[in-house]
Amino acid sequence: MTLSTPGRRVAIIDGVRTPFAKAGTALKGFGAIELGKLAVAELVHRTDLDPASVDLLAFGTVIPSVLAPNIAREIALMPLLPKGVQAWSVSRACASANQAITDAADQIALGHAEVAIAGGAESLSNVPILHSRGFSDALVAASRAKSTGQRLAALAAIRPRDLVPVTPAIAEPTTGETMGQSAEKMAKLNGITREAQDALALASHLHAAAGIADGRIGAELVPVLPADGRGAPLTADNGVRSDTTAAQLAKLKPVFDRRYGTVTAGNASPLTDGGAAVLLMREDAAKAAGFRPKAYIRSYAYAALDPGEQLLQAPVLAAPLALQRAGLTLADMDLVEMHEAFAAQVLSNLAGFESQAWAERAGETKPLGAVDRAKLNVLGGSIAIGHPFGATGARVTTTLVNELVRRGGRYGLMTVCAAGGLGFSMVVEAA
Amino acid sequence: MNTPSAVSLVVEDGVAILTFDLPGESVNKFSPAVIEAFTAVLAHIDADPAVQAAVLISGKPGTFIAGADIDQFLTFTSADDAAKASAFGHAMFDRIESGRVPVVVAVDGACLGGGLEFSLACAYRIAADSPKTVFALPEVKLGLIPGAGGTQRLPHRVGLTAALDMILTGKNVRAKKALQLGLVDEMVHPGILRATAIARARALAAGTIPRRRDTRRRSIGSRLLEDTPVGRAIVLSQARKTALAKSGGHYPALPAAIDAVHAAYRDRAAGFATEARLFGALAMSPVCRELMFLFYATTLLKKEPGLPAGATALPVTRLGVLGTGFMGAGIAAVSAQQGLAVRFKDTAWDRVGQGIKAVRDVLNEGLKRRHITRVQFADQMSLVSGTVDYTGFGRLPLVIEAVFEDLAVKHKVVQEVEAVLPPTAVLATNTSTIPIARIAEASARPERVVGMHFFSPVHKMPLLEVIVTPQTLPDVAATAVEVGKKLGKTVIVVQDAPGFYVNRILAPYIAEAGRLLDDGVSIEALDRAMRGFGFPVGPITLIDEVGLDVATKSGGIMSAAFPERILASAALEKVAASGRLGRKGKQGFYAYDARGKRTGVDASVYALFRAGDARTNLSAETIVDRLALAMVNEAVRCLEDGIIRSARDGDIGAVFGIGFRRSVGDRSATSTPSGPRRWCGVSKRSPPRTAAVRIRPRPSFAGWRPRARRSIPRPASRSDRRELCSAPSCSISPASRGSSASSGTTGSPSASPHAS
Repeated sequence: MTLSTPGRRVAIIDGVRTPFAKAGTALKGFGAIELGKLAVAELVHRTDLDPASVDLLAFGTVIPSVLAPNIAREIALMPLLPKGVQAWSVSRACASANQAITDAADQIALGHAEVAIAGGAESLSNVPILHSRGFSDALVAASRAKSTGQRLAALAAIRPRDLVPVTPAIAEPTTGETMGQSAEKMAKLNGITREAQDALALASHLHAAAGIADGRIGAELVPVLPADGRGAPLTADNGVRSDTTAAQLAKLKPVFDRRYGTVTAGNASPLTDGGAAVLLMREDAAKAAGFRPKAYIRSYAYAALDPGEQLLQAPVLAAPLALQRAGLTLADMDLVEMHEAFAAQVLSNLAGFESQAWAERAGETKPLGAVDRAKLNVLGGSIAIGHPFGATGARVTTTLVNELVRRGGRYGLMTVCAAGGLGFSMVVEAA
Repeated sequence: MNTPSAVSLVVEDGVAILTFDLPGESVNKFSPAVIEAFTAVLAHIDADPAVQAAVLISGKPGTFIAGADIDQFLTFTSADDAAKASAFGHAMFDRIESGRVPVVVAVDGACLGGGLEFSLACAYRIAADSPKTVFALPEVKLGLIPGAGGTQRLPHRVGLTAALDMILTGKNVRAKKALQLGLVDEMVHPGILRATAIARARALAAGTIPRRRDTRRRSIGSRLLEDTPVGRAIVLSQARKTALAKSGGHYPALPAAIDAVHAAYRDRAAGFATEARLFGALAMSPVCRELMFLFYATTLLKKEPGLPAGATALPVTRLGVLGTGFMGAGIAAVSAQQGLAVRFKDTAWDRVGQGIKAVRDVLNEGLKRRHITRVQFADQMSLVSGTVDYTGFGRLPLVIEAVFEDLAVKHKVVQEVEAVLPPTAVLATNTSTIPIARIAEASARPERVVGMHFFSPVHKMPLLEVIVTPQTLPDVAATAVEVGKKLGKTVIVVQDAPGFYVNRILAPYIAEAGRLLDDGVSIEALDRAMRGFGFPVGPITLIDEVGLDVATKSGGIMSAAFPERILASAALEKVAASGRLGRKGKQGFYAYDARGKRTGVDASVYALFRAGDARTNLSAETIVDRLALAMVNEAVRCLEDGIIRSARDGDIGAVFGIGFRRSVGDRSATSTPSGPRRWCGVSKRSPPRTAAVRIRPRPSFAGWRPRARRSIPRPASRSDRRELCSAPSCSISPASRGSSASSGTTGSPSASPHAS
């Protein structure tokens, strides 16, 4: 069983996402589970899917809710879907939604499922704040206490410093480097200039703004009505700045290295809330039920490298593998979507695609080559649109497929870098 | 061969296990035959020295005892007769309460009325922890009070306040609350109910559980209120005031129930006698008769809504609603409450947003009243999915359009949605003024177009008119009826004609109200008179609530349709034109403050009427005559024209759609004793004062003979039932219904009742 068995390929029927909102703004009233539910519900309605036909639901999220860690199951239990939809949650940092999608695709390729929903969601407005170790220990001891005296003694052991909460930091556990610091390091290692980064960020905003203006991006969205019922619905990603200029970007100060840095808030992706989902079906089942696939998953690959080396460079190892599995070359690609964690990261990846050294590390004899910038992130990217960690992979998939179909293209390539030194790449083929 | 008895007996180790399973019925009821069976079994175990204790359990899973068989109540010939029946029940339950053998009752399912009263007489009550387990004394809903000791035993078990609450509202009490109230002694998982009951029975027999216990935890405040005569007097007086305010004095059962409960705190024997006496009096009262008539009528209507035989409803688990305004939102909300997914469409996202907010407000009421949990609220909200295009309509079996009340808009919407709907879909319209046939003109499949006319607010008003045209397919009508029932509505099937039924009978009523205002009658007098007659609100309040724009538009349409007899009130149109819209505009006949609260009559409106500031005093009787007759007259016309297929449907439409308290085809004497005959008398006495007054009772009234007070025959056979619920004493022959009654699309009454 492979992804390319004729008549039984994994078809992408459609994808839907919520508008993405910067953390702490329009979507702060929603948790990741709710954002996921909104995207999945609209996906079911919009495709006229018979809910009873769904076999499984896989969802990715990076910071799970402490109270409901299996986000996929909580979403699958929505009344619209039958209770028999089995579900599981995955975590591969920024490629979590991709993991969910490829897991679902694997199940379809194995013949375990015919109809699958996969995606991801994240709410960075609602991050679980943990108690410090000292406070937690004291609370647990107090709950186990057998007498009031013991309880009081346990609580009395709390020191002021224990009251400081622990907030999740976006830093690598093994290296202690935040992602921004890793991006800075990559910029310096790979010679990525400030100007180049700002130019990429500018392109991200302008392309996204154009996509919003002409409705191409809107076509993928399900507007979100405010949680308390008051106020206007959110109908577009609220981080996109159509009026951004190079001059404005140039004014921003570097965040992760005050003195020598080039990575700024303007050329990095913001903390964002959002959810996204795609509908996958086995090709023959789709056609039998009257659905028209938009594209097929031709191939995919994951790769890894030492996070201490270049944390976000693994796409350079994943892309050649995905292309090789597809039996295609970079030149065959009509569109390329690369997740923009940082402009420095994208530009480092692009440099890596042209590097002989990286090619050999990937087991290739020659580099992939240069990506035609006119085909890259044509509807903007994570810098402008936002990056809800768990959802981005599904957004990139949906946008790539829709734009490929719009342009009458044949093949599309996508890459996603992920914390932990992980990378993902996928090749899609238009139907 | 003996027919199986309702009560079977098995003795296990000294415990008699009685299983109540009424053959041939879906629920257990106390009928005279059942009581006989029980008496025999109880006597048997009392006499058997091997039996130390007993357990009563239902043989029907999910339902315990639904109460007394109401058919029995119809056979009472006098108040004394009914009181005797009550006393008989007292005696039987007394024997259980004080008999040698303690009885444990194991309740899994609905325990209502006589079933609850039975349980109160038993030594121990265990409830199954299941959503189906509910306790209630719903007798007030039929105009009665509990007659088997409920008013006497319940207060002593759960306290005065809780008992009054249960008895006066007839509300359902779930298992957990029943445990908290002390109504039941224990609550267990249904799987161990029987075993636990048997164990408790043994404990009672052995004396390890005392037979008399008070399990309630009571606060000092409740002790002060309930354990002292002064406190009780306060509670009872407050209850009387509240009952009067809520019922307007129209429901004698309420004060009677309070009297009976009061008596429970005095002499025991006298208290039970009081209950029996009051029960007897109420059982013969007109209100009781009417409520029972309505109960039978609605029950029969559910089984036989007026569809041709063989009409099969399409399965509907999801639907589309077009138009996210007030009505659309209401329809979406009640659909979500019943677990139906709704694709909710309007033309722009802000309108969709407002619609979903309106849905949230409706669903939130359930959350605030603790009818649903937060999770259920979130689930219900998630079932409503908004859109501004026709995505999501591709496989829907039903769409209800509730867009702006304009034919061109509706035509456009019909064509747009039909382009995406599957060919088998049912297209329903919520229009209130446009004939269904006109809307169907734009449809490619007019036979699949049907009217589903909801009333406002959708989540509160129980009536649904399903409106059929001669073209409407039976299956389509059946689908609309089934969905209406699923949404909890009482459904009548009505022929397509202007105003359908409810709005049509409302039109002359409202027009006549306008004329009375022209004659100088005060607004308060009109409203007071009709409230006194039994309407929940008076006509002027109704106009303000509905909105003058809606009322006059509807009135105009009805006048145009029936120009020879429904003359819209020009004065009302003037009021609407003056910018007074009613409650929605904060100014109508009444004035409203900024928050929408009514602050009194807006006297400046009188200037728009012919009489100006000169007031005429008409007696309430005259006002009632003119207004009610106008409505009743039109209702009979609807019956004659075949718009409704029976007087029963007309009664139900009037009661559930407008709150009409006296039924059209009133079988019993009303509080205006001569009933319809009086309408004829009115017209003979007072010829129309102006040409505009067009009240002439229908000739069919002339032959009307109200049934004697005492004999509503038991609907023992189906043909009897039809007789009870149709209008035989109207001199209406099937032939007079003429061509407007179409054959085959609804159950049109015919000489052979079962032909359709």
